[in-house]
Amino acid sequence: MTANEKKELQIAACKVRTGIIEGTHAAKAGHPGGSLSSADLFAYLYFKELNVDPNHPKKWDRDRFVLSKGHCAPGLYAALALRGFFPWEDLKTLRHIDSYLQGHPDMKSIPGVDMSTGSLGQGISAACGMALAAKLQNNPCRVYALLGDGEIQEGQVWEAMMFAHHYKLDNLCAVIDNNGLQIDGPVDQVMSPYPILDKLRAFGWEAAEIDGHDFGQMEAAFAQAKAVEGRPFAIVMKTTKGKGVSFMENQAGWHGKAPNDEQAGTALGELSAELARLEAL
Amino acid sequence: MADVKKIATRQGYGEALRELGAVHDNVIVFDADLAGSTQTAMFGKAYPGRHFNCGIAEGNMMAAAAGAAAMGMVAFASSFAMFAAGRAYEQVRNSIGYTGLNVKIGASHGGISVGEDGATHQCLEDFALMRSIPGMVVMSPADAVEAKAMVRAAYEHQGPVYMRFGRSPVPVFHDEETFRFEIGRGDVMREGSDIAIIANGLLVAEAVEAGKLLADRGVSARIINMATIKPLDEELVLKAARECGKIVTCEEHSVIGGLGEAVCSLLAEKLPTPVRRIGTPDVFGHSGPAAALLEQFGLCAANIAKVAEEFARS
Repeated sequence: MTANEKKELQIAACKVRTGIIEGTHAAKAGHPGGSLSSADLFAYLYFKELNVDPNHPKKWDRDRFVLSKGHCAPGLYAALALRGFFPWEDLKTLRHIDSYLQGHPDMKSIPGVDMSTGSLGQGISAACGMALAAKLQNNPCRVYALLGDGEIQEGQVWEAMMFAHHYKLDNLCAVIDNNGLQIDGPVDQVMSPYPILDKLRAFGWEAAEIDGHDFGQMEAAFAQAKAVEGRPFAIVMKTTKGKGVSFMENQAGWHGKAPNDEQAGTALGELSAELARLEAL
Repeated sequence: MADVKKIATRQGYGEALRELGAVHDNVIVFDADLAGSTQTAMFGKAYPGRHFNCGIAEGNMMAAAAGAAAMGMVAFASSFAMFAAGRAYEQVRNSIGYTGLNVKIGASHGGISVGEDGATHQCLEDFALMRSIPGMVVMSPADAVEAKAMVRAAYEHQGPVYMRFGRSPVPVFHDEETFRFEIGRGDVMREGSDIAIIANGLLVAEAVEAGKLLADRGVSARIINMATIKPLDEELVLKAARECGKIVTCEEHSVIGGLGEAVCSLLAEKLPTPVRRIGTPDVFGHSGPAAALLEQFGLCAANIAKVAEEFARS
């Protein structure tokens, strides 16, 4: 990855974070913490990895992305808007009555959303069904799913993990955002999902662990995922919940709480300073 | 009815799937370790590349079926009614109902006639659960011929469908050559004017028998097969209410939330009419042979005739 590519991705991620704060602030609700921890991934997916076209959001061979941790919709929406799927200004209608930007992703109303999600554990199963169907249809697309580290406490996730291995879904890549926090506190105190990598491998997946805020490591992991044949691939990314907004970082309290006017002002100030720094690089 | 051929509706489901598979490449079938029982194994044998056993994991199966449907496949997902509608309710609601995806749920072994397995496997709540999901079509065929036609109609229908099939062989009284099925349309099996009996599933044959018993006793009963519970054939129900004045509903389901309540809701708002609901009362079932259980719970021609006669004469 060239320095310029990395810079462009950093800028995109910073803008995604801005969209997350603008959206959740305007909504007076929503989930900024996990959206921010996944912001770098959203930027990478929509500006580097996914074969998608905002002018043809339903093209048959597009890569599918399923936000299994659907509550991080503010991050997904910001990335989709930034990529041109719908107007950026619409982010401020997030969760508003009669807005198409529902609190959790709605495939029927939002351009670029391939599966409605929100009830944890179901998205990864849907992604399995998509990957399976793609093989039957000789569709060259790849299917990506993003899960939370709290989400993998759902038993259904492991039903899906068995399924993906059993049917050799090597066109499927699952990313687990291991930010370590869920609503009630640290994941290892609420109900430990660890060791995550060992579990994935025991379920027959190829798996890698990366720093989820390092684009170079993302690039290497996604390349590795594509090279594997006959098995699904999982990327466990270590992240910081609330990443990019100083007072939200590593705070479980920011899982599902919107910033007030003052907090949003502070957060947007930090992000605009970061954006100016990146653009000056 | 000893001389009548008896076939379980689940067998009609399996045969119809196999026939659909021959014509349509986009049919994909999921099962959850019950392929022999739900009869999707017939499809699996003919088209092994499009039949996917999910193991004992119904939640994953339903959401995976939704994913396949999101890719343009017409996905059939099967298990026992208890697990398809019950265990996987929330996956059906959120991944299939909310999305409006083209998933057809083929639920076998519905009702008390599951028999010996007992209460844990006798699903008496599936109509109620599935009816409450916006956009979900809910159906239960009266015989194997209707089951096959229903599966073909489900394939053609755009959107989610729930079909409940039975374990036990039931009389085949429709003619496969001439029978035409339409989602949302009830069929008058026998004309009558004193009382109308609206039934579905295996109780249609019992209701038809009850109609004969009632005729012998001087009661003219209209017998209606209401294979589609949702959307309900409102015109046919209202016509029966207007012309007969009293209605009995019969279903192999709790009296809470099924066909009986659908009929009552309609009539309460549009044409208040006295109704008696025959179904399982607010209790769980228990083990026993299917026929004995049906009789014990009053889900038989003799009891339908008894309830209808008393009601008609009251």
